[in-house]
Amino acid sequence: MTEERNDGEAPESVANATRGLAWEEPLLFERSRPGRTGYSLPDLDVPDADPAAALPADWLRDDLPGLPELSEVEVVRHFTRLSTWNAAVDLGLYPLGSCTMKYNPKVNEALSRLPGFAAAHPLQPPALAQGFLELCWRLERALAEISGMDRVTLQPAAGAQGELAGIMMIRAYHEHRSEKRSIVLVPDSAHGTNPASAALNDYRVVAIPSGQDGILHPDAVAAAMTPEVAALMITNPNTLGLFETHIAEICEIVHAGGGLVYGDGANLNALLGIARPGDLGIDVMHFNLHKTFSTPHGGGGPGAGPVGVKNVLAPYLPVPAVRKREGSEGAGFTLDYEFPRSIGRLHANFGNVGMFVRAWAYLRSLGPDGLRRCAEMAVLNANYLLARLRGEWHVPIDRPVMHECVLSDHGLKATGVTTLDVAKRLIDYGYHPPTVYFPLIVHGALMIEPTESEPREGLDQFVAALSAIAAEARSDPDRVRTAPHRTRHGRLDETRAARRPVLRWQPERSDS
Amino acid sequence: MTGDLPRFIPHTADDVREMLAAIGVADLDALFACVPDKLRLGRALDLPRAASEQEVVRELAELAARNANAESHPWFLGAGVYAHYVPAAVHALASRAEFYTAYTPYQPEISQGTLQTIFEWQTMVCALTGLDVSNASLYDGASAAAEAVLLALRATRRSRVVVAHGLHPHYGDVLRSYLRALGTRLEWLPRGADGRSAPVAPALDDETACVVVQSPSFLGPVQDLRAAAEAAHARGALLVVVVTEPLSLGLLRAPGELGADVVCGEAQSFGVPMSFGGPALGFLATRERFLRQLPGRLAGETVDARGRRGFVLTLATREQHIRREKATSNICTNQGLCLLYATIYLALLGRVGLRKLARINYAKAEYLKRRVRETRGLSLPLAAPGFHELVVGVPDSGAAALERALDAGIVGGLDLAGHEPELGPALLVCTTELATRASIDRLVDRLADRP
Repeated sequence: MTEERNDGEAPESVANATRGLAWEEPLLFERSRPGRTGYSLPDLDVPDADPAAALPADWLRDDLPGLPELSEVEVVRHFTRLSTWNAAVDLGLYPLGSCTMKYNPKVNEALSRLPGFAAAHPLQPPALAQGFLELCWRLERALAEISGMDRVTLQPAAGAQGELAGIMMIRAYHEHRSEKRSIVLVPDSAHGTNPASAALNDYRVVAIPSGQDGILHPDAVAAAMTPEVAALMITNPNTLGLFETHIAEICEIVHAGGGLVYGDGANLNALLGIARPGDLGIDVMHFNLHKTFSTPHGGGGPGAGPVGVKNVLAPYLPVPAVRKREGSEGAGFTLDYEFPRSIGRLHANFGNVGMFVRAWAYLRSLGPDGLRRCAEMAVLNANYLLARLRGEWHVPIDRPVMHECVLSDHGLKATGVTTLDVAKRLIDYGYHPPTVYFPLIVHGALMIEPTESEPREGLDQFVAALSAIAAEARSDPDRVRTAPHRTRHGRLDETRAARRPVLRWQPERSDS
Repeated sequence: MTGDLPRFIPHTADDVREMLAAIGVADLDALFACVPDKLRLGRALDLPRAASEQEVVRELAELAARNANAESHPWFLGAGVYAHYVPAAVHALASRAEFYTAYTPYQPEISQGTLQTIFEWQTMVCALTGLDVSNASLYDGASAAAEAVLLALRATRRSRVVVAHGLHPHYGDVLRSYLRALGTRLEWLPRGADGRSAPVAPALDDETACVVVQSPSFLGPVQDLRAAAEAAHARGALLVVVVTEPLSLGLLRAPGELGADVVCGEAQSFGVPMSFGGPALGFLATRERFLRQLPGRLAGETVDARGRRGFVLTLATREQHIRREKATSNICTNQGLCLLYATIYLALLGRVGLRKLARINYAKAEYLKRRVRETRGLSLPLAAPGFHELVVGVPDSGAAALERALDAGIVGGLDLAGHEPELGPALLVCTTELATRASIDRLVDRLADRP
């Protein structure tokens, strides 16, 4: 192991992390010892009841051997140790492109845990939930103002479910007009959720090629536009970090052909207070509260994907809607289910409410000036990185960017080092890698989104790390190709995992 | 920017000036030159001005204070979202920022904490459901039920779905929304006299992809899963079992052992705050042979370059970021943080604790039943046994009974007038371990309109 450590050491001058103790920890089930428990139950204050007196024995469980038996201290150590194996925004730069891994303010977490939010129930009468309904109402209006849309529903649980809701509304709109349209246009640079959401609505997806300059051109859209086209889905800024300069003309072409335009709001952070999708011609869009509005990414979720629409789609919004009572109805807020043309429900309740609380706290903390400052500093950071990296790294489409920039491994071809190797070697330097191999239209893409949270010196250090890796790729390519070296785990065999799937722990297997 | 810099953004005026110089542009506005002038907003957003941290806390605390909740009131309202005690260790561990400020574990070498937790969750879900494979969570129970039906439609290449009586009405709504575009035929079975669903067998045909049975049902009764499984399998259909109260699986036999092919639902009960119903925790498990049809993320075991065990996201060729329009689902983010809550919770309760807790919940409901039986004016319209939730007939109207309970500070349940009017004036009442004998007695008195 000594040999490996020397081999893998990143130069201290540029590394953002050094070695520490890597704690060992087995699976919960391997730690289990019969008779231990981590929970204390109160004494039963009513007579015990035997379910076998009412239910057939065949319907009852007699044991639950698949759950472990552990004391509280063991459970606490287990998960505390596991936590130390994660990279996280609170540990450092996490520049996953199109994921907007910005800082998640602590006060938002504290507020979401107030019992009036955390211990409240979705079916309690509106009279007992006025604070919650008012928060929803205010958040909906703020998102409408930020996006230039007329109405907002908070219900979709994530961006992808927001897309699903948006395409459902588009389908309902066309059906109401007795139009049969079967195609959704999606640029080749789009997130995979776009075509998947269209397909779930039984639409055929037609990809539109981006231009050589990385953006969508009106003629490409016009060429694809037929009476069969229900909608165009577009991400602006797109996944190359580029503003779709022709967006207004593109929207006009789609509208003239009777279609609607869906805006993927994944990259909205770049536009806060600068431009509004609704003013650009977008008819319906989703917001990612976990990207733009700082709610934590949670190790993979929960997200939250509110959807904004123009009035033309308002009749199709999911139910229920929050309504402020006016005049003779009395004061306060209520829930409205009376939308005969609604697409219905998408969530068992109101969506990821805990995220609404955090997002609203964030909006209140920033105000209009602070939101604009987010966009400005996010765009400043991305362009600064691009300016500093341009000399040493291949930039496939070298134009001024918005919130993220995309490099490729093209310049490393002679060394045999690929994008994946660069990503893994960045880990040795103390960074979470960027998004890799996306967008699909760039071969060997490294998609870097620093967000506004990163200070300048952090970016400089990241540039130095990438520079050191580029040098290593030429001087010692094996060191890069076998990275990471400094983590508890080396490169993991993903092919093996997929070829022989082991998706749960089983005692007999572990004994062998 | 007026006033102080936002505390979440580190850039000083000097930083900005030097960075602009390095980029080679004159000012911040020039960074946005790619946004055509006519598309710019050209004014400040019309939003309330920024508030300090203490002002934000005051404002939101004031909003929170206007919501009744299970810490301020004795709580008998369930119907798919349940008030349970959550051990302090759950919050303490799930609040570690290494977990909650990470994202989807795309880079396994620095995401083993999240990945191992998912693997442990998948193992626990398999144990509870009696099935072979579980995914890493879905948005909530309703979308999990919809995804389960989509799985069955793909796996059987059939186009009809039979839904047993007792599916949570909101789940039914979500199912309709998800299936509308696909032209799937949905058939809804009526309620049997004892509260369980009418038998499924007569409704099946050779075009039926699956039978969906919620157990315990929305109204409380435990359903006959074995009969449903036999009927479904006889026609080549799958049995999808929906569970909205997974704590019941501490008492009830694993649905997979009774013949279920897919078990899905809501796992909020396992330590996740109710939080007005979200974020929730959808789960979905199935048999090995439907593995390639699973929606959502999956963690799998493998080894690293040094031969050491580790975990990765696997079988991604099912997913939207690889397969795009041919993916099994459009889902990208899941409910990773809620999954963490549930895994910690189940680790604390464990093999014995979960069964004991389930029995406590059952015993409280049996006590409530006894008290209802003894009380003039109240009734038990449904005879079939349940878990911790039951229909209570009240003398006048559900709304009036709930109002009386609330006058005594009690949130008494769900008025069924909008859901099952043919039951007469009735409430759906849930007793978890949080319900004390005294609060149950008080509730019974108020529902019966006794002082």
